[in-house]
Amino acid sequence: MKGMTIIVKTVSSWIKILIFLFGIYITLFGHLTPGGGFAGGVILACSYVLLMLAFGRECAEENLSGRLASKLDSAGALLFIGVALCGFFYGGASFFYNFINQRWLAGKETAFELVSAGTIPLSNLAICLKVGASLFMILLMLSAFRSETTDQTKG
Amino acid sequence: MLTFWEFYVFMIFIIIASIIAVETKNLLSAVICISAAGFGGSLLFLFLKAPDIAITQVVVEVLALVILIRATIARDKTFVSEEREFFGLVVSIVILCVIFLAGIKAFDAMPQFGQPAFVVHSGPSPTASQDYLKGGLKETGAANIVSSVILDYRAYDTLGEATVLFTSIVGAAVILRRQSKKETE
Amino acid sequence: MLFSLCFLLFVIGLYCVLVKKNMVKIVLGIVIMEYAVNVFLIMLGYRIGGEAPILTAGDVSAGVVSDSFLSTSVDPLPQALVLTAIVISLGTLALMISICVRVYEKYGTFDITQIRRLKG
Repeated sequence: MKGMTIIVKTVSSWIKILIFLFGIYITLFGHLTPGGGFAGGVILACSYVLLMLAFGRECAEENLSGRLASKLDSAGALLFIGVALCGFFYGGASFFYNFINQRWLAGKETAFELVSAGTIPLSNLAICLKVGASLFMILLMLSAFRSETTDQTKG
Repeated sequence: MLTFWEFYVFMIFIIIASIIAVETKNLLSAVICISAAGFGGSLLFLFLKAPDIAITQVVVEVLALVILIRATIARDKTFVSEEREFFGLVVSIVILCVIFLAGIKAFDAMPQFGQPAFVVHSGPSPTASQDYLKGGLKETGAANIVSSVILDYRAYDTLGEATVLFTSIVGAAVILRRQSKKETE
Repeated sequence: MLFSLCFLLFVIGLYCVLVKKNMVKIVLGIVIMEYAVNVFLIMLGYRIGGEAPILTAGDVSAGVVSDSFLSTSVDPLPQALVLTAIVISLGTLALMISICVRVYEKYGTFDITQIRRLKG
């Protein structure tokens, strides 16, 4: 799959970094401002999709291959479940117990700061990783499929 | 009724865009109209004071547009002959009208627009939303109440969502997999 | 009245799924139904003169949420449900489109009546 013209390539090589940064910001500040893990993960996937559309599928595959994306996807899911299971060991109460907030930050006034709200930023990170990696992987496979079928029908 | 005019404008825009998407014969125009309807929906979410949802809807819209155009743009035969059976079409439209009229009757029992259930509720124990709004900052420490709902109070729903997303992506990856002997050619 | 418009959008999507013969049009009908349901759920939680359910520094005094926030905030629970529903709709769209692409590769057309006739 070929890329686009030189103007699109130049501009998108600057813009994709900003989109990536915006996705990380939306994820990290998900417990203070609107956003959260889902929107941040989809924005991260969008930055890699811009790379794929502007430069061609091979360049995007060198940057983040399908295998690495699927490993990141599984790692995100395992991190989310790991954070949830820690509630058993530390609080003794239940699955998804917010143990960091209830035990370690209990007496402190940490509202509206970046390091606050216990396990919520960790869960946001896990969800962002999971959603972004899986959506990018599926778009990579969709465009790889398309290029192979058009080669077969034309060749 | 004219006090909510901005909601009416956006809803009529979404309805017109989806009617055009349903009826047009060119598949590319249909995909673009669906995208316009999704963008109108995102603006409607912003006016309904749900900024989380508006951000998510816009970026999901963009990715959905890329997926849909990938599927339709390189295929030659996207025009389908519309020789429909007249009797089947009439029966479908009659059934849909019956469903629509019955559904409108059901809305009389719902709370009026603008007064959600947790405001009108007048019982001894508070509703779930009132609990989350009062105790959200103290019990979870997060300033964004929606984040504290999805990741602390109702985290099981998020686990279910992650599972559904994982399963659908694995299913799509399995369907799109090429056999290994074709890859080595 | 606004709820009826949402239901009209849902019925339009249902009409597209039932009547059309192009596979991608059927997928677009399902997408329209998903939009209608999400808008309906958010409309259920709206309060007149409401504000978004996000606390700022002015709403909290000594660890207690102020009454003005409690009396003007919209319902946060439908927003939490719709947030996951929107991302799930993207996953199911990817699955449906991959099925359509596979069927096109095997049969050469998107028409569902043709697919019934060509067996194997």
